[in-house]
Order: sequence, then C-alpha cells, then structure tokens
Amino acid sequence: MDILPILASLRRHKVTALLLILQIALTCAIVCNAVFLISQRLHRMQLPSGMAEHELVQIRLGSVGDGSDAKSQTQADVAALQRIPGVQQVAVVNQLPFTEGDASNGDLKLKPGQQTSTLTVAQYFGQNVVSTMGLHLLAGRNFQPEEYVDLDTALASLNNGSAQGFPQTVIITKGLAERLWPGEEALGKTFYLGGDIPFRVIGVVADLARPNQFYNGIENSILWPMRLTFAEGGSYLIRCAPGARRAVLKAGLAKLKELDPGRVVLEKRTYDDARSAFFAHDSAMSDMLLSVIIALLLVTGLGIVGLASFWVGQRRRQIGVRRALGATRGDILRYFQIENFLIVGFGIVLGMAMAYGLSLLLMQHYALPRLPFGYLPLGALALWLLGQCAVLAPALRAAAVPPVVATRTV
Amino acid sequence: MFAYYFDLALRSLRRNRMLTALMILAIALGIGASMTTLTVLHVLSGDPLPGKSAKLYYPQLDPRDMTNFRPGEEPPEQVSWMDGMNLLKAGRADRQALMAGGAVAIEPPDPAIAPFFEDARLTTRDFFAMFDVPFLYGHVWSKADDGNDARKVVLSRRINEKLFGGADSTGKILRMGGKDFRVVGVIDSWRPTPHFYDLMTGDYSESEGVYLPLLTGIDMKLPFNGSRDCWGNDTNVDQKTAQCTWLQFWVQLDTPAKAAAYRQFLVNYSRQQKSLGIYQRDPNVHLRNLMQWLDYNHVVPSDVHLQFWLAMGFLIVCLVNTVGLMLAKFLRRASELGVRRALGASRRSVFAQLLVEAGTVGLVGGVGGLLLALLGLWIVRMQPSDYAALAHLDLPMFLATFLFAIGATLVAGLLPAWRACLITPALQLKSN
Repeated sequence: MDILPILASLRRHKVTALLLILQIALTCAIVCNAVFLISQRLHRMQLPSGMAEHELVQIRLGSVGDGSDAKSQTQADVAALQRIPGVQQVAVVNQLPFTEGDASNGDLKLKPGQQTSTLTVAQYFGQNVVSTMGLHLLAGRNFQPEEYVDLDTALASLNNGSAQGFPQTVIITKGLAERLWPGEEALGKTFYLGGDIPFRVIGVVADLARPNQFYNGIENSILWPMRLTFAEGGSYLIRCAPGARRAVLKAGLAKLKELDPGRVVLEKRTYDDARSAFFAHDSAMSDMLLSVIIALLLVTGLGIVGLASFWVGQRRRQIGVRRALGATRGDILRYFQIENFLIVGFGIVLGMAMAYGLSLLLMQHYALPRLPFGYLPLGALALWLLGQCAVLAPALRAAAVPPVVATRTV
Repeated sequence: MFAYYFDLALRSLRRNRMLTALMILAIALGIGASMTTLTVLHVLSGDPLPGKSAKLYYPQLDPRDMTNFRPGEEPPEQVSWMDGMNLLKAGRADRQALMAGGAVAIEPPDPAIAPFFEDARLTTRDFFAMFDVPFLYGHVWSKADDGNDARKVVLSRRINEKLFGGADSTGKILRMGGKDFRVVGVIDSWRPTPHFYDLMTGDYSESEGVYLPLLTGIDMKLPFNGSRDCWGNDTNVDQKTAQCTWLQFWVQLDTPAKAAAYRQFLVNYSRQQKSLGIYQRDPNVHLRNLMQWLDYNHVVPSDVHLQFWLAMGFLIVCLVNTVGLMLAKFLRRASELGVRRALGASRRSVFAQLLVEAGTVGLVGGVGGLLLALLGLWIVRMQPSDYAALAHLDLPMFLATFLFAIGATLVAGLLPAWRACLITPALQLKSN
C-alpha cells in the first residue's frame, strides 16, 4: 500500500487532520504523565513499614481523670490483653509507622556540641515493642528488662538538668546505621540527641519506617527502652494471627472496658486499616488519575470514530470508484487503517515532545522526578492500539461499500 | 432571527444524532471535570474572614540560638510562651490573642452519653472579637478571667446541642478534665475555611468544640494539639519556660500605619531581648497579614492544584475534539450552506447560524457538565480529606459553569464556522 496517496488525501482535510493530531498529542502527553504519577503513588503506598503488618491490632485509650494510677492500670491492661485467646504479644508504644499526627522526633548529632544536627530521627519507645512489631533484628540484641526506665521519671530527670534517668541504649534501623556510619559496624557506636545525651547502639533492625515527615528520611528511626502508660498517649499494640484480628480487637475492647468503663476509646483498628487510612489520599489521587486517563482515551477514541465515520461517508463515491477499478475490500480497509496509523503517529511524535515538556513543568512545580523515557513508547503503543480499534468499525463500513456506488449519482 | 437559527440548529443536530451526542458528551465531560476541580480550588483558596482578613496579622519572632543558623532564614512559625506573654501584655495592637490547640475529656451531664474527648482552643478573650465569632447565647469570659485561672468555658453550637440539647446552657456547670467549668457562652456555627488561626492542627480542620481561657488550660496540663519546635541543649520540658515555640499569636491592626508601627515594635522588642541576652540572633521578624500567611504556608494542597491542571488539560482535549467534529460536520453541509448563500444569506448570517448551533451544543453540554460536576463534587465529599465536606457548588460557581460551557463551545465553534463561511456558493451548487 502506497503512503503517498493517503498523505495527498489528508492534505485535503488539513485542518481537521491537524486538529485530530493535536488531540492525540495532548492525550499522549497527559496520559504518559498521569501513568507516571500513578506509579509514583503506588510506589509510596507499597513502602515497607518493617513490621508484621497483617498481624497487628491497635487500641488507644484516653484517660478522663488525672491518670494518677495509670502505671498500674497499664500493667493490668497488658496482662489482661495477653490472656485473650489468640493473642501472641502485647506492646505499649508511643507511635506507629505511617500514621498522621504528632510524632516524636529528635535532632541527632554524631559529636556532642555539634553546631548543625546530622539528621532528624523518629523516636519510638514503649514496652515490648521490638518483638510485638515483629521487627527483624539483624545485629546485636533486644533490650533487657533492666534497661527500661519510666517515661515520667526520664522526663523529670531531664527537667532537673540531668540525663541520668534517661535510657542509655538504643536500637536503630539498618538504613540509619548506613547513613551515620557508612561501611562501618554500628554496634557499640554512640550518637547524641537533645541536650547532648549520649546513646549507645546495641541493636540494628532491618526496617522501621517513621510515622510521617518522610522528607527526613523514611528509614531514620530509633527505639528506646522506655515504658509509658496509656494516659501518656501510649497505644496497645496486639499481635495475633491475621484471621483472629477482628475477634481479638473485639475481645480486647470488651476487656479494657470491663477493667475501667470510664475511659474513652480514641483508636481501635487493625494496622492494615491504619495504614490504608494514612495512604487514602494517594489511593484517591491515583483513582482520580486513572479516571482521567480512561475519560481521555474514551473521548479521543470516540473522536476518532466520529471523524473516521464522517470521512467514510464523505468518500463513499470515491471508494465505489476505487472498488470498480479493481481495489479489493482489503485494500479499502487497509487504506483507512494506514491513514489512522499515520495520523496517530504524527500525534505521538508531537505528543512525546509535549509529554516531556509537561514533565519538566511538573518537576518544577510539584517536586516530582523526571518522566522516565520508558513511558513514552508505552504511551505510543497504547494510542496506536486505541486508534486502530477506533477506526476498525468505520473502516469495515467503508470496505463494505459496493462498487456499484460509482455508477450512481448521489 | 435567533429563533430561526435555533430551529435550524436543532434540525441539523437531530440529523446526525451520533455526532451530536459525541460533541455533547465531550463538552459535558470536560466541563464536569474542570468545574469540579475549580470548585474545590475556589472553596479551598477562599478568604476565611472576608472584609476582616486584611486587618489581621501574624507576628513571627526568632528566639532561637545560633545552632543550625542560616542567614536570611524564616523565623519559627509560632511563638514561645515567654514571647507570647510579653507581646500580649504589651498590648500594642488594637486587639491581640495568644492561643494553642488542646484536647479535653468531657463528662456529659447526661449520664446516658459516654465521656468523650473534644478538641479545645485555649485562648485569651480577644479571639472572639478579633475573628468575628458569632455568639448564640451568653458572651466571652471577662478580661480578669484571662489571668486568674478561671474555670469558664465557651461551647460551640455542635457541642451545646450534644450536651444540652441546644438550649441556652449559660450558667450551667460542665465537668471537663476532672474539673468543674461554668458555661459562659455558646457560639453559633462557625467554621472558617481554612482553619487559618492554627494551621498546625490541620489546614482545613473543623473549628474546636470548646474554648477555654489559655492560662486555665495550660495550668490543667491538658493534652496538647499542634506542633512544638524546640532548640538548644536545655533539657527542660516545662511548657512555660522551655525553649520551644508552640503558641499562635494574632493581632488586629486597623490601619497600614499601625501595622508598620507594630512591625517596628517587634524589631525593637527583638533588639531589647538580644541586649538582655535572651535572644542570640539579630532581629528577624515577619508580620504577614492573614492571606499572606496562608499563601506562605501553601495551604491549598498541591494535589488540588494538580487535579485542577489535569482537568484543564482534559477540557482542552475535549474542546479540540469538539472543534474537529464540528468542523467536519459544517464542511459536510457545504452544499446546504451554498444554497443558503445563493438565496441571499450573507456570510455573516451563515456565520451566526453556525455559531447558534455551536452554542446550542454548549448549552446542552453545560447542563450535562453541571450534572457531572455535581456528581464529581459528591465523589469529592466521599474522599478522606478534612476539606471533603466543604466541596459544594455555590451560586457564582453554578452560573460560571454555564457561562464557561457556552463560552468554551462558542470559541470551539469559531474556527469551524469561519471555515464553513468561506465556501464559494457557485462551486457548491455546480457540483453533483
């Protein structure tokens, strides 16, 4: 099939063809970038927390009174929760990965008296946290019972200007260890937080994502051996088999209510729910992007169908003449298919340039990475496919035009 | 003439239903998507206190030590207890309020309602007058109450309805955080959008349910809501003396001259603090008004901007699509238009006729777009954001949708109509 006659005929519909090319180019540019944006969101949503996510349940209580007996109450709560059938471990923890709200952060220094802090770490603490979260200990050891201090005594000693009441040891993530001491053994090393309080690394875990503020480095988390109570904002974190979570949550709430009905339940959820709530924006945004992609392809596809149908109707007589002169149905079908392939091709070439320009704009205004080149051929392929599907029905209708049309006047 | 053109347009549109439907669908989808996102953007970037916002200012001071110092750096976004109290006591502005976010456990008088936690605003009394907060019952606590740990509370309409069934509850006793408070006032529904006075507790969060005198709330050590930024090696964590910024301080300055004077006052204050050895940095102050403060904080989420531009791109594709279809359609009717021209219709009236046809498509597309925008906003309200509930179409946006749809389609119709006018009548009559 010769391309030149097709181009010659397109030149007769210059404006219409150019409009179609423009539309395809815009669609290509937006779709490529939108698909890339979706992939960015999906990547974010799949970030690992480092915990045994599908085995965890969180309950957070608020104290209505002054919380003076919170320590013994917390102990009683933990003991009662542990007795619930199916419960494997119970922890009290100050914060969880991938949750909104106030997080405990500290400026970390490698030397005391350093003028500018090295980085900002997320500070996790509580009872029995490492094993309940299911953190993977790569080196060193977990905290020993005698290392634990109470949060209120630690804070009181800080207020008196002494760090003696504060924990001396810390467990850090592998990612943080590599940031602080690249290529070195982190165990036994010391860093400083707050008022130059030293902490010695006794263990390294594989992963523990920070609650939020990922610009500070998602992997920069530390753990302290420090006990807190529910009244100080501690959550009960319960580990059980994935299938038992709903039952354990219900039984746990009933048990806590029985122990003290005067408390307010601030949070009751599986960790999976907490995580999806945190990423709900990303999931909504990718849904929105996906619907825009579908709507764009739909409008462009239908636009191609409409224009092609129009052209077929307009050219019925010419088609009849060509058929009468010996062109087969296949020739006619291919003519429209190649015509569409060419138009979409021009659109894609223009569209790739536009996609790249759009990506530069997005980089500038929304701090997004550059569109990887791999997305361009993918977008091209998708649009070519769309064009061929859209043109098929009108082209088949064109191929069905009988040669006898040539002999008729309109 | 218009009625005749309209009739012609309807006939023409009816002749090729599939193509007409396609054009209307494209316009409706494009308008629906762009109006949905535009409405969200309009709601989120609005002025929370129209008419008042230009007089409200947010002073920023820089009490930090020299650690992490970078020249030209922004001062902290909040103030420390000491600075807040000093500025409050200086009283140099027409009105001023020092505040913080907190939470308080409420034990309802009706034992059938379980105790619950409610967000509280701990503030000095000018908050209400300065932000034009409407009172339903009662009034704010007295000036003396700001300083004497008074157990007085102002409730929101929502909490008053929950606790007292909406009745005038002033004078009643309410148990909060284990202490007895006297209700002195109830405010009417009030939700400034954005939650401008404290962006740390959520850019678009709802207004708090209870309002307590600042000192009362602090002395009760209520749970704190917000962000606390500390500096220095001091390990002190006491709220009043720690080297931390965690309060918001707002002032009302009625004239630009007063604003300039207040800025100078802040510089002088910083200089004085430095000479006393309390500050280490040179004066580094900012005095932004309300809208500047929102701008500076990029309150409108970047996703909302992104969605808006995405929808605009989609609208452009839809319009290009419509232009192409309309062009094909008008050109196909060359012979019909040729007859009209030959019978004496001027080029201008043919142009007008075609534009009426384009406008009709725009009108129907606009109705479709409006329905789709309502659907789109309903979907937005299902979304998990603080601002979701605010996404409603107001009257100006409602009218704008129609004007926008018709305007866009008319623009889209210009090129096809112009091209169709250019045909030579004689040529069209001769062929076939």
